[in-house]
Amino acid sequence: MPLSGAKRWLLLGIAIAILASYFTPHFNRYYLGIVIDVGIAIILATSLNLINGHTGQFSLGHAGFMAVGGYFSAWLTLSAGATANSLWFFPLVLIAGGLLSAFVGLCVGIPSLRLRGDYLAIVTLGFGEIIRVVAQNTEAVGAASGLKGIPKLTTLGWTFGFAAITIYAITALVNSTYGRGFIAVHDDEIAAESNGVNTTRTKVTAFVTGAFFAGIAGGLWAHHKQFLSPTGFDWIKSIEIVVMVILGGMGRTVGVIAAAIILTVLPEFLRDFSEYRMIIYALLIIVLMLLRPAGLFSFNFKRRSQS
Amino acid sequence: MSAPLLELEKATIRFGGLTAVSELSLSIGENELIGLIGPNGAGKTTAFNMITGVYRPTSGHIRLAGKDTLGIKPNKLAAAGIARTFQNIRLFGSLSVLDNIRVAARLHNGEGYFSALWRGKGWKKSEAETEKNALELLEIFDLANQRDELATSLPYGDQRRLEIVRALATKPKLLLLDEPAAGMNPSEKDDLMRLIRFVQERYQLSVLLVEHDMKVVMGICQRIAVLEYGIKIAEGTPKEIQCHPKVIEAYLGAAAV
Repeated sequence: MPLSGAKRWLLLGIAIAILASYFTPHFNRYYLGIVIDVGIAIILATSLNLINGHTGQFSLGHAGFMAVGGYFSAWLTLSAGATANSLWFFPLVLIAGGLLSAFVGLCVGIPSLRLRGDYLAIVTLGFGEIIRVVAQNTEAVGAASGLKGIPKLTTLGWTFGFAAITIYAITALVNSTYGRGFIAVHDDEIAAESNGVNTTRTKVTAFVTGAFFAGIAGGLWAHHKQFLSPTGFDWIKSIEIVVMVILGGMGRTVGVIAAAIILTVLPEFLRDFSEYRMIIYALLIIVLMLLRPAGLFSFNFKRRSQS
Repeated sequence: MSAPLLELEKATIRFGGLTAVSELSLSIGENELIGLIGPNGAGKTTAFNMITGVYRPTSGHIRLAGKDTLGIKPNKLAAAGIARTFQNIRLFGSLSVLDNIRVAARLHNGEGYFSALWRGKGWKKSEAETEKNALELLEIFDLANQRDELATSLPYGDQRRLEIVRALATKPKLLLLDEPAAGMNPSEKDDLMRLIRFVQERYQLSVLLVEHDMKVVMGICQRIAVLEYGIKIAEGTPKEIQCHPKVIEAYLGAAAV
């Protein structure tokens, strides 16, 4: 078994996250902020990797799911008042955000995942924009001026605890006989179907799972930045996550995590060259794609034969 | 007599103005090995696609053990016992040989989303059993040593064989083979003939074989149906087909008769 004792790793990851969060008061707040950004990016990229990488569907709606989870959990926290300070309130709120996001994912996924390839990209892109426009026009969540004054509940511990759960869940799913169905759909839909894999259901499952974790990432994001603006969830945000998945190597968890870290930290390092920042960022991506087209961490062990 | 395993009754499919298969009637009994031949573009693969539910016949019926399969999706038909291979090999390229079999074994291992997430005792047991069964199957077909290799990195003949093994992992009652001998040399073809006979006897299943290679078809099939332009022009034993004037005409032209 490639993943024996996986649950032990999960518990270890969560334990380290909790332990580390005890020391956070001593950390530089700027750096702490970036580290939490990294954790959220890991959740987003790993979960999108299940959809775009392992299952081979091209979703451009991850920012939309992030918005659903973010807005919903922030709204819950703000409505809860003083109860928000109890320890277990925050994870429950995050999971609630994730569940709503998963439900929305189900509603979007069932009709659109019958479509193949490019159509799905367009539908999910449209979905992301709809969510953004709805948020922009809903007074209850601050409309265009954004949702302000969200309590800062996101800690290093929660962020990396959920990141550990996300990594565990995606890896456990894919590394099972059940989860080989995702990869089968990626490789050849027709062959998968004729071998008894319900392809539509597999795709919807991947999509809903991805949406769930994106919703959790959105909740962490909301309680980290303490401010939500609809423009923060536009399609550029979705593209950023897609870039992490492509750069990390579609379907390779370690690579995708590395790409999430690099692409989150890199812009911070480039702050000194603020005018050229996006140009350097773009150039780096182009260079990396040229040099390592199959992803940062693609070594020979998975090389395909020339056909 | 009980209902045949598979029965096509005037199955017809049209794509726009083109009638790809016209009123094809064919019945396959249990443990039968039947060949479907015909010149290029005669509609053999289209007939396969109708039987496996990829295409829905425009009219007519297809019954599996007496039950109409119209509108049933390919994955459900796979569960009901129809397995197939493809003319252009379709293995799962980023999965290992063993994992290719595991995908097909999903049908019978009963594992679900949450058990895969939780990885409890029952999951571990079913996972070990699935792997054991898959390995046994690979062992029988002499592919166990390549279990961890990528499916598409195997030699061509092994890929063909693996596709058949993968189809067997779904535990079919009817196996459809779409040009399994394509691209093989004579000695590989002999191996393939032995393999098909072996599979049919050992797993007690029916085989429908689409094939261009006459030596293979004539060598192993009990009955042969011939298609031309979507129409069945002849059906009979290999001997009858060999000297059937319509068949000779279809393959060699009217002057040869």
